Amino acid sequence: MSQSGPVLRVRGLSARIGQQQVVEDVTLEVPAQGVTALLGRNGVGKTSTIKAVLGLVERNGVVELDGERIDTLPTHRIVQRGVGYVPEDREVFGSLSVEENLRLAERSANPRRDLVADLFPDIIARGQQAAGTLSGGQQQMVALARALLNDNRLLLVDEPTKGLSPKLVGEVTEALERAAQVVPILLVEQNLVVARRLADRAVVMADGRVVHTGDAAELLDDEQRVVSLLGVGSTGSSHGSSHDSGSHPDPSTHDQEVRS
Amino acid sequence: MSTVVLLLATGLGLGALYFLVASGLSLIYGLMGVLNFAHGSFLTLGAFAGWETARRLGGDSWGSLLLSLLVGAGVGALAAVLTELLLIRRLYERHIEQVLVTVGLALATVALFDGIWGTDAIFVTGPGWFDETTTILGARVPNDRFLLIGVALLVLGGIVAFLRFTRFGLVIRAGVENRSMVTALGIDVRRAFTVVFAIGGAAAGLGGVLASHYFGYVSPQLGGSLLIFAFIVTVIGGLGSLLGAAIASVVVAVLQQMANFYLSGTGDLVVVLLLATVLLVRPSGLMGARA
Ligand SMILES: Nc1ncnc2c1ncn2[C@@H]1O[C@H](COP(=O)(O)OP(=O)(O)O)[C@@H](O)[C@H]1O
Ligand SMILES: [Mg+2]
Repeated sequence: MSQSGPVLRVRGLSARIGQQQVVEDVTLEVPAQGVTALLGRNGVGKTSTIKAVLGLVERNGVVELDGERIDTLPTHRIVQRGVGYVPEDREVFGSLSVEENLRLAERSANPRRDLVADLFPDIIARGQQAAGTLSGGQQQMVALARALLNDNRLLLVDEPTKGLSPKLVGEVTEALERAAQVVPILLVEQNLVVARRLADRAVVMADGRVVHTGDAAELLDDEQRVVSLLGVGSTGSSHGSSHDSGSHPDPSTHDQEVRS
Repeated sequence: MSTVVLLLATGLGLGALYFLVASGLSLIYGLMGVLNFAHGSFLTLGAFAGWETARRLGGDSWGSLLLSLLVGAGVGALAAVLTELLLIRRLYERHIEQVLVTVGLALATVALFDGIWGTDAIFVTGPGWFDETTTILGARVPNDRFLLIGVALLVLGGIVAFLRFTRFGLVIRAGVENRSMVTALGIDVRRAFTVVFAIGGAAAGLGGVLASHYFGYVSPQLGGSLLIFAFIVTVIGGLGSLLGAAIASVVVAVLQQMANFYLSGTGDLVVVLLLATVLLVRPSGLMGARA
């Protein structure tokens, strides 16, 4: 356990879903402190990268957690080593009660119930309610609580504010801000205001590859690069339209249409 | 009236047998997506193990019946666990291969049982009480029906309690809904697979011993003949739904008995028609959550 190095180091990671190569030769690091944003247009492979780190999809390459290889371990062992996962679209167990969702997620004898009760009093009050009957925002809180209950070395959080009302976006952002004080986070976030507020560093993907790595504020304050790398501005259709020859040429030019 | 009561009691007894097989099929499919065609072999093996036990103990006492039930359940559970660990686990997520392997295992074990116990049916006797009848509303109901129904209800209650009140039960319920998310919470869901096979195998083994008393014999074909109806019951009830399997077991068996009696032996045909109707009207079954 080297405290100085990055908590997560990914080198040459590839993943495929069925016949499709969705992650290609991804190399990135998550420092042991703060929030690292994983950005990019819809469908570039952010979720797949996180799933590949967790072993939820078939993958190749090197993944190290605190300097130890985890890329040959099954998912449950990776998580047991201290990786918390908040999936895109929440994936709470709808037929289970809120309380059962939380109990299922507890990995230690002393889960952080106090922290969760403090952050999300609303869902604790609904302990006996079936999670499937909660609102989207409440389900997101259950998904976050499942990860925050445990002592983790790293959190992988995938689009936690997707589809939430502005008020809930604020609450989720606050919860993540507090979590980030004790645990490093790799955060996929399409809401750039949220990303700007939380992230220290940013990794940008395009077509399954990493195309930019650097300071988050520096990137997000540079409107031209935001447009060229993240395609913001070309609203509506998520991808395809803006293969613009901006300041950052896309290194994956010889690309074989990795799109749905 | 007395005929209806008799048909109902017999139907409920047969339904109990269907449920003891279908409960395992349903749990296994619900959690793992595995259609276990070898499940009938767990039942047959349990029946033979129970018969061997009772035979060695001599006498047709309650004690030897009880022990034969325990041995049948234990042997069924053991066979199921070994099947899961040695065969199914290697074929995780490969559904075509799973079907081939479990069908192959079913055929091979029937041949094995033929080799050990012969192809002829072996007649089985139980406690004297089994040969007597109890008169209900004028119908003389064979007593073994009551034992079958009682055991099936206990098994149903036991599984429901297990699913609701234990950690494994929680993992199984969550796994039925979203298996990969269970692993992403740091839980080795494969252990739950083994537990589910053990429960299903134990219920089938119990069903085997009880079936041998219901039909009055054991034979290598015993499991296979019940398995077909158990599968139908599982589909009608909704794949993966335990309660659906329980309800469908009773409906199918009672309907089968009634049709056999009142519609000149068309019970099996009526069951197939019921299956077709349910699949047309409600493809996910009576209590199935998903299509
Ligand atoms: N289950 C799946 N089956 C087939 N293709 C998929 C699946 N999930 C994702 N993909 C494809 O993989 C690519 C990357 O998807 P994803 O990792 O979800 O991107 P992002 O999270 O950046 O939006 C997309 O082209 C998507 O269509
Ligand atoms: Mg995504």
